[in-house]
Amino acid sequence: MIASLSGLTTEFVATKINYGAVLPMLVVFGAAMIGVLVEAFAPRAVRYGAQVGVALVGLVAAFMAVVLAVGHQGSTLAGAVVIDGPALFLQGTILALSVLSVLAMAERFDGIGADAFTAQGAAAPGSPQESAAVRAGATTTEVFPLTMFAIGGMLLFPAAGDLLTMFVALEVLSLPLYILSGLASRRRLLSQEASLKYFLLGAFSSAFFLFGAALLFGYSGSMDLGVIAKAIGTQSGMDGLLVPGVLLVLVGLLFKIGAVPFHSWTPDVYQGAPTPVTGFMAACTKVAAFGAILRFVYVGVGDSRWDWAPALWAVAILTMVVGAVLSITQTDVKRLLAYSSIAHAGFVLTGLLAFDRVGVSSVMFYVVAYGFSTIAAFAIVSLVRDGGSEATHLSQWAGLGRTHPIVAGAFAFLLLAFAGIPLTSGFTAKFAVFSAAIGHGATPLAVVGVLASAIAAFVYVRVIVLMYFTESGGDSVRVVPPSILTSAAVTIGVAMTLVLGVVPAPLLDLASRSALFLR
Amino acid sequence: MTNPYVPLLFLAACGVGFAVVSVLGLSFVGPRRYNRAKVDAYECGIEPTPQALGGGKVPVKYYLTAMLFIIFDIESVFLYPFAVAFSKLGLFALVEMVLFILTVFVAYAYVWRRGGLEWD
Repeated sequence: MIASLSGLTTEFVATKINYGAVLPMLVVFGAAMIGVLVEAFAPRAVRYGAQVGVALVGLVAAFMAVVLAVGHQGSTLAGAVVIDGPALFLQGTILALSVLSVLAMAERFDGIGADAFTAQGAAAPGSPQESAAVRAGATTTEVFPLTMFAIGGMLLFPAAGDLLTMFVALEVLSLPLYILSGLASRRRLLSQEASLKYFLLGAFSSAFFLFGAALLFGYSGSMDLGVIAKAIGTQSGMDGLLVPGVLLVLVGLLFKIGAVPFHSWTPDVYQGAPTPVTGFMAACTKVAAFGAILRFVYVGVGDSRWDWAPALWAVAILTMVVGAVLSITQTDVKRLLAYSSIAHAGFVLTGLLAFDRVGVSSVMFYVVAYGFSTIAAFAIVSLVRDGGSEATHLSQWAGLGRTHPIVAGAFAFLLLAFAGIPLTSGFTAKFAVFSAAIGHGATPLAVVGVLASAIAAFVYVRVIVLMYFTESGGDSVRVVPPSILTSAAVTIGVAMTLVLGVVPAPLLDLASRSALFLR
Repeated sequence: MTNPYVPLLFLAACGVGFAVVSVLGLSFVGPRRYNRAKVDAYECGIEPTPQALGGGKVPVKYYLTAMLFIIFDIESVFLYPFAVAFSKLGLFALVEMVLFILTVFVAYAYVWRRGGLEWD
């Protein structure tokens, strides 16, 4: 105790920073900072264009930095950041998906501002301030810097080498998402309700994470995942701290992926948030959170898995079954996609529970496949409108296949991918996680997974039947012609869904080559 | 050599003792002269009324000022140990600290330019 205190007076040694390894995060955070300055100093008329430009350039530059960082792998910043194969693969995935999300967010249908977002988030819904802001042509261009800050947190999340860094990343990615959820331009109260629910439950789960991290610190004397892993082999008589600590940290992480029983926020938030933000959350947050769970479970506490893996098995089974069964009862397309995302989180957990390198690569492939499909699906949802607002009730989608064959066809194709039909990325991804599970002693999980897929497939097919074989209820529902932005997001998403279904080998190879964690 | 935690326990006991003595002692020795303002709920800065203006909504500008204060508060928390240890830290720490202050000022510039500092 005394010796360690006197250690504080010794020479200061600056931490070695491998700038090449952390460059992607620096670029994204830098772009976010520039976005804030644009918001502060640029005149209102040029803000929208400048923000979209800064965000897209930043994301593309960060993606190139990720490619360059392949040569800079290693642990840096005193072990706080670990840039290894999985970290780089997931960072690249997050950045690629973020480009599509930003394209969808920037959609404005030739109007004044970004269409999905309110004119002034701070004004109460229906208040004179709000109508004044609409008249003045205000638009919440802050969404772009907020998104960039969230992306920066997401990049750090799967690369965090200790629990404290992981917590900071969790907060950095969550706080902007709480705000973004509350900025929908229509149905403002629903959106604000979603924001508040997400914030309260998110803060609650963060507390669980911190409590778990404190217990693991008590167990091993360190927040570092590597030190915790070493302690599991050598530390004795402290098991009362280890297992509760692991489970509490997992609660915090499973909340972010929306696993049952920590899923209750998902449908409400996915429904209330602006649709492009929902797509962003469903795709990118899941990628980042699964990356963090993979690192925590595989690098940190994997050696003690016999003590807590049964709990994770139960969560995986519950997630698949509850997600699939409850999606049957949904009448709102955004809620339906939310429950579908819960079921998909369960499928991914199945691959994770293989506890093998194949498990890592299958999880990474799955989140890529699911991410591209889900962003495109939510982008399509934002196009189908009744009057000014989105027609999210399923009955309004009846007959869409006849009136708008291209949009309905793309959506039907994405639904088939969610169902896991061959020649879509969904099939390859499900095959990867289930075969990983079967190959490494988790066959019961794969059986439940296949059954849950069958239930979920019924839901997706029902929506397709509704679009193609049901008379349309009225003429008021129509597809707003999208600009190049949403068209690009949907086209790329659909194309990736097809490509990863037909020729998945290159990405599967990349995933399995980069599936090795640096310990 | 006593246990190094004993001084800590002593400090904790002092802290608890101070809180208990101040709160309990006040109710014994303090004068009791009540008036209207004394029985109001104490909320620093906000005029307490049965129903706040604007249908129970509290103006957001007070919290904006409070958040801005906290940002600079935290900045000074980091600046103080930095200043104390400056002679040992060298150029690297100076650059890091300048970058840190720069990021805080980006937030400050945003608040200033967007009218967050104007009370009305």
